[in-house]
Amino acid sequence: MKAVLDAISLWAIPVMLVGIPLIGILRKVKVYDVFIDGAKEGFGVAVKIIPFLVGILVAIGMFRGSGAMDLLTEALRPLLARTIFPPELVPLAILRTLSGSGSLAITTDLIKTYGADSLIGRTAATMYGSSETTFYVIAVYFGAIGVKKTRHAIPAALFADLVAAIATVAVCAWMF
Amino acid sequence: MRAMLNYIWFALMAIALVVAIFNGTADAVTKGAFDSAKTAVEISLGLIGIMTLWLGMMRVAEAAGLVSLLGRALRPFSRLLFPEVPPEHPAIGAMVMSLAANMLGLNNAATPLGIKAMEEMQELNPDKETATNPMVTFMTLNTSGVQLIPATMIGVLVAAGSTNPTAIIAPTLIATAVGTIAAVVAAKILQRFYPEPEAPEIEP
Repeated sequence: MKAVLDAISLWAIPVMLVGIPLIGILRKVKVYDVFIDGAKEGFGVAVKIIPFLVGILVAIGMFRGSGAMDLLTEALRPLLARTIFPPELVPLAILRTLSGSGSLAITTDLIKTYGADSLIGRTAATMYGSSETTFYVIAVYFGAIGVKKTRHAIPAALFADLVAAIATVAVCAWMF
Repeated sequence: MRAMLNYIWFALMAIALVVAIFNGTADAVTKGAFDSAKTAVEISLGLIGIMTLWLGMMRVAEAAGLVSLLGRALRPFSRLLFPEVPPEHPAIGAMVMSLAANMLGLNNAATPLGIKAMEEMQELNPDKETATNPMVTFMTLNTSGVQLIPATMIGVLVAAGSTNPTAIIAPTLIATAVGTIAAVVAAKILQRFYPEPEAPEIEP
């Protein structure tokens, strides 16, 4: 199973990069001309994201820099102490939605501190692997198309993150 | 509620200032702001190459009829998840390709394809500044995305000397599957409480 999945992730991109134009050629598409036509938009889209990403990441950077993130996790710790949620993982669960590099650093640190085969280490790795940096995705996706009113996107995504975090802890406690 | 991001954005910075007053961390706040601004631009500029590549490839896939083929093949799913988007619309094909790339952990492909899908859905949007239901559903599917191979974490575990680094594959799969179901349910329920985008009234 693992070998099959590894092979897919290794070969998916090269096969797609050749397979898509191959089918185009077979259907008499002027593949290079069409490629250039679509590719022209790439620069504009990437540049359009900049203000949205700067806005979100600066606010999160200030929040983390001030130490407010540590206060938040300290405040939540007693609340979660009554549940099965391991207090060591609270900072990760919160930071995961806000900062990709920050949560990667915390996860790596937890794995080193508690051991790569420990329950905490594995749960941390699962938690990192089972979520995306929600605020980054929102900023990039909506920023690229200029949508400012995101409606229920943040509450729905944060709810799903919370459920995934709880599921991670429960599944890891059960499996390991 | 309508402009939630405005309040979250301001609150993050205002809280940072208040905490900095008590902690004496003003310099760290300044550094956090400037470093993050730099990181944001580096991320965006880093996207230019892959964005250009995938948008070009997507155009070839469209011209070859692959995108609409994918859309037709997955009609049962798309009708359930994105009833507002016509099954033959190029948005469906782009969404499917983005979500598939996401599942395989191919972030370099998932993000450009996802943005392409958002652009396609924006074509159907009467009010270009307000998110539509399918946009939000797609976005939550992306942030909660099912992971077949948590490649980054397996790498970290290997580096840390794990005897069984792939042990996390099954729990990650289960946790993301649960998260994805929660995402769809939350998006579908919450969308009723937020007014859908309407075409702006034209002033006489």
